[in-house]
Amino acid sequence: MHSHILSIILFIPLAGALLLLFVPKDNKDAIRWIANIFALAGFLVSLPLVPWFWQQRFEPGFKFMEGGPNSWIPSIGAGYVLGIDGISFLLIMLTTLLGWVSILSSWTAIENRLKEYYVWFLVLQTGMLGVFMALDFFLFFVFWEAMLVPMYLLIGIWGGPRKLYAAIKFFLYTLFGSVLMLLAVLFLYFYNYHQTGEYTFSIQALYKTAPNIFHDPAYGVTYAILLFLAFFLAFAIKVPMFPFHTWLPDAHVEAPTAGSVILAGVLLKMGTYGFVRFSLPFFPDVAMHPKVRGWMITLSIIGIVYGALVSLMQKDMKKLVAYSSVSHLGFCTLGIFALNPAGLSGSVLQQINHGISTGALFLIVGILYERRHTREIAEYGGISNVMPVYATITMIMFLSSMGLPLLNGFVGEFTILQGTFIENWRWAAWAVTGVILAAAYLLWLYQRVFFGTITNPKNEKLHDLTPREILTFVPLIIMAFWIGLYPKPFFQILEQPVNQIVQTVRPGYPGTAGIVNASTSKGAPSTQVTVRLATEKPEGKQ
Amino acid sequence: MFFLDHIWLIPLLPAFGAAIMFFFGRKLSKQAVDAVCVGVVVLAFLFGCGAVSQYTRWSHDYPGRPFEKILYTWLGSDTGHLNFLKHDGTPAQFQADDGFLLDPLSSIWLLFVTGVGMLIHIYSTGYMAHEGGYYRFFGYLNLFMFSMLMLVLGNNYVLMFVGWEGVGLCSYLLIGFYFHRKSASDAANKAFIVNRIGDAGFLLGMFTIVWYFGSFRFTDITALARSGQFSIGDPIITAATLLLFVGACGKSAQLPLYVWLPDAMEGPTPVSALIHAATMVTAGVYMVARSNALFVLAPASMKTVAIVGALTAIFAASIGLVQNDIKRVLAYSTVSQLGYMFLALGIGAFAAGVFHVFTHAFFKALLFLGAGSVIHALGGEQDMRKMGALAHKIPRTYRTMFIATLAIAGIPGFAGFFSKDEILWQAWHSEGGAYRLLWGIAYVTALMTAFYMFRLIYLTFWSPARSQEVEHHVHESPNSMTVPLLILAFFSIFSGLLGWPHSLKGSNRFEKFLEPVFSREAAPVLAEERPGQLAAGAKEAEHADPWEYILMFLSIGAAVVGWGLARSSYQNASEGYVEPIASKSPRAYDLLYNKYYVDEGYDYAFTGRRKLGDVRLGAMGLGEASSWFDSRVIDGTVNGAGWITRLTATLSTWWDKWIIDGLGVNGPAVAARLLSYPTRMLQWGLVQWYALVMVVGLVGFVAYYAWR
Repeated sequence: MHSHILSIILFIPLAGALLLLFVPKDNKDAIRWIANIFALAGFLVSLPLVPWFWQQRFEPGFKFMEGGPNSWIPSIGAGYVLGIDGISFLLIMLTTLLGWVSILSSWTAIENRLKEYYVWFLVLQTGMLGVFMALDFFLFFVFWEAMLVPMYLLIGIWGGPRKLYAAIKFFLYTLFGSVLMLLAVLFLYFYNYHQTGEYTFSIQALYKTAPNIFHDPAYGVTYAILLFLAFFLAFAIKVPMFPFHTWLPDAHVEAPTAGSVILAGVLLKMGTYGFVRFSLPFFPDVAMHPKVRGWMITLSIIGIVYGALVSLMQKDMKKLVAYSSVSHLGFCTLGIFALNPAGLSGSVLQQINHGISTGALFLIVGILYERRHTREIAEYGGISNVMPVYATITMIMFLSSMGLPLLNGFVGEFTILQGTFIENWRWAAWAVTGVILAAAYLLWLYQRVFFGTITNPKNEKLHDLTPREILTFVPLIIMAFWIGLYPKPFFQILEQPVNQIVQTVRPGYPGTAGIVNASTSKGAPSTQVTVRLATEKPEGKQ
Repeated sequence: MFFLDHIWLIPLLPAFGAAIMFFFGRKLSKQAVDAVCVGVVVLAFLFGCGAVSQYTRWSHDYPGRPFEKILYTWLGSDTGHLNFLKHDGTPAQFQADDGFLLDPLSSIWLLFVTGVGMLIHIYSTGYMAHEGGYYRFFGYLNLFMFSMLMLVLGNNYVLMFVGWEGVGLCSYLLIGFYFHRKSASDAANKAFIVNRIGDAGFLLGMFTIVWYFGSFRFTDITALARSGQFSIGDPIITAATLLLFVGACGKSAQLPLYVWLPDAMEGPTPVSALIHAATMVTAGVYMVARSNALFVLAPASMKTVAIVGALTAIFAASIGLVQNDIKRVLAYSTVSQLGYMFLALGIGAFAAGVFHVFTHAFFKALLFLGAGSVIHALGGEQDMRKMGALAHKIPRTYRTMFIATLAIAGIPGFAGFFSKDEILWQAWHSEGGAYRLLWGIAYVTALMTAFYMFRLIYLTFWSPARSQEVEHHVHESPNSMTVPLLILAFFSIFSGLLGWPHSLKGSNRFEKFLEPVFSREAAPVLAEERPGQLAAGAKEAEHADPWEYILMFLSIGAAVVGWGLARSSYQNASEGYVEPIASKSPRAYDLLYNKYYVDEGYDYAFTGRRKLGDVRLGAMGLGEASSWFDSRVIDGTVNGAGWITRLTATLSTWWDKWIIDGLGVNGPAVAARLLSYPTRMLQWGLVQWYALVMVVGLVGFVAYYAWR
């Protein structure tokens, strides 16, 4: 089990999809049950990863490695290599959880071409997991591109009125970005050959050679920056960072609810994950280049403020949530390019938080949409009178999204802002305005939808949440409170990979060396740096 | 030391009550809700009393030391691997604990928050008895108690911020309790968002402190600040304290962020009493007092605090002079009194500021609860113009409210006299020079306070009845409401005795109790301490200054004059009475009555809810502009790129079809075909044709030779 756990997690959804192919398409209940069982199984199977990973959280390097370099297509040096560190571990857990939640949420929402829907959804699930597990660039790229197709179909077939426009926009825009990334990878591939005499797509091998381009007299800064930009474009479109974000609102508005949940919850994280996994370790000197870094930070801050401002004025609930994603993801990229442990771990944590909160927000919008088939804010008002449970859950998730302490959003935002502040207080000062605006657009939305008396007779008979609908929120609410109340385990899981990256990007950054090079026994925290101030903890002595 | 060791139970008890209401409240009877929600707060109060008494005993052994209890590492990590760089480039650990701190300062807040909170919970069982959403109301109240206690007991800035935002949330939920009313949900949003602006300042201030001191913990920061490493006027500390003060302005409703508090009166009256008068709004005072070690290093910040406080005091009091809604008068009075507290902090009289918080909690809670009792008696009427002559109809409410009025107006012997007089005296005495101007402002404010409070008493209780309709169903409130009033009245009289000043042969035990927190000599943790660099917080020699007596008589005079003016204006106010200010200067009255038009100005400039001509400014204006930019420019570019691609494709198709394929490939073919036509004619393939040609040829030949 230990050695193949990743493959099992990866292929369970695909197995479900294959099995579904053999179920007659008219047997809708069977299809629903099979899809749900496999989605749940995918989540349950990933759970043992939690204690196993926890035991080795401080150990350096990737864990649960599978396959070897060049094991897949030896002639070109492509391998089936899987492995995770703390960052991908958290994202995988998020993916399996959200995959289950969103498939559960589709039970009544999808009636048309049911079988294909679930098949594509499960294929999508495998694609996303593969992206977070692959440690070979060829394999990574296969998953990265393969996952576009099911998402394209989910939007294009089960979407809203402008689904074709949205689906094509989504597909072409993201494809456009990844093509340049492919070119850059090929450059790294051949560069690696020149340096080592070996053709390989192994990411760990490329980690060793790619950073040299910056200092290589044959190529130098310009090439390194161009390569960085090629990667940047792919990831920035995926995140999406301002000004590459306009595919997002269209895709979200048209996608079916579950598609939006996955899109916001997981797909966007591939962009930020790409920055952390590739951009920073491949091009550490470029990332620290003041101009490049300045641009990244600037775009992030614009994204935060601008996304929030646009969000404020939306008339369509789903579009509002979509633009709020732009703002929240701005925080994530801001934390990444703060390039210090607090910023980076806050960023990864915020990616998880965003998956939980915004995933839930899309579920929330979907529930009203399923009942009324409109997302116009003006159509609603006074909903808490008829749907009190729904109103309560919405309030909790709104508060989590706007970063209220003791809920998840606060922990991430606070850590990011703290990490940003110590780099440059002006960056943090700008970003903080996003916190204010988040309260404004969410509370105003809440007021218009839930408060007041019911003015639209169509809303008078809305029924409150069904047990199945409540069940979709329960894990998200539990996670929101867990991260809010006791985030320490998450910080500890992130310590090792985050310090590793900081060490790569800023060698000698104080306080990060200890854990990275530690070859000590498992779990023993090194006490190299403990800066407690003058005092001991005066625990109540008597 | 049971209570001290389990101090974390104090906030957890109300949190437990709130959780029960959240999960089961809907199904519980009113009695069960009362038992749980009031029960947990009573328990928290008893627990708090136990903890404070144990702390006083504990501090005999460890004089001047705060008690700390750390439960677990909450934010960040305790492994030593999650570090950040301080301003000097040394690493410090990113870690904030879930830890609790009890020292004299938090003891005082702990006691009056749980005490007054308990009374208001009891009062609410009567006041809210017939309202829908009973369990929801009590759940929110319990959640508020939890947040407020976290704010007060947290041992670091982040945990304080947890409570800080938590009380803001509860305030939002309770202001919007009657969510059917648009005005209520508007007020709720306003409160939350204005508070968020302050919170952004708090956050940035906190980041500055952490970057500078390397820790979130109060004890660490205080010890470092008092260690003498930092010079007075240090620019970073000045910036940090100013940012913290922005947060305090939001929470404690100071200029220019006070606008939410008057609107917050949309909430049920017990909420106004508990949250928007006695406890939550004093959180800003608590935060500044808690950070006193930093503030004394930043004279510029202290000056700002004092000036903002004094200006807020007189500004809000002047608005309160003419308001007609009984709760609004009290709301502006609260803003004004909070200004007093900040004035005290700003001049370094921390203990005096805290003392005023303490006494104010009793008499202002009493005033609000009394007003609630009046409103309850009148079936929901809040307009003082429709009241009058209620003194004998609701005697208990009347008597207790009168006591509170005497207290807030500063009549000698009552609580407010001692605390307010201490502030006035400190304002006069501690700095001198231009600071005397602040004393002047505070003095005029005291006069205004007496006037608007007695105006309230006259219009409500003493003047002739002005509305028969209202008067019909007047009834005194039930015991559950009046008993808390009596208890609060008791404290409105006697809580001042704790701070009986030295000049009147007292011992000012309150100030002595707080000494370890504010005095620089008895720094709580560091053993070696460089004694006094700054006298801002330090106490002077105890001999009485003749000026102190003179000022005391002056302020008594202000209270009496205010009373007298109110009496002459409103004693006989019958229906259609004219406000004295309106008759003297209608313009000034208009300006005051409309609250200096600040709300309107903010709506134009900051929110954008109002348009300036055709232009919308503020956040909504920016939002509209951004939306336009997004759909036209950015998405326009994307769609434009798509359009250009399609255009290119169409052109390419045309080119391909007509030029490449047409001219290049098919063209030569057509040419060849045309050119080959004549030759093709010879090879038509019709035998008859060939035969015809042959015959014609033969005939030709024959003819040719025949004719030759």
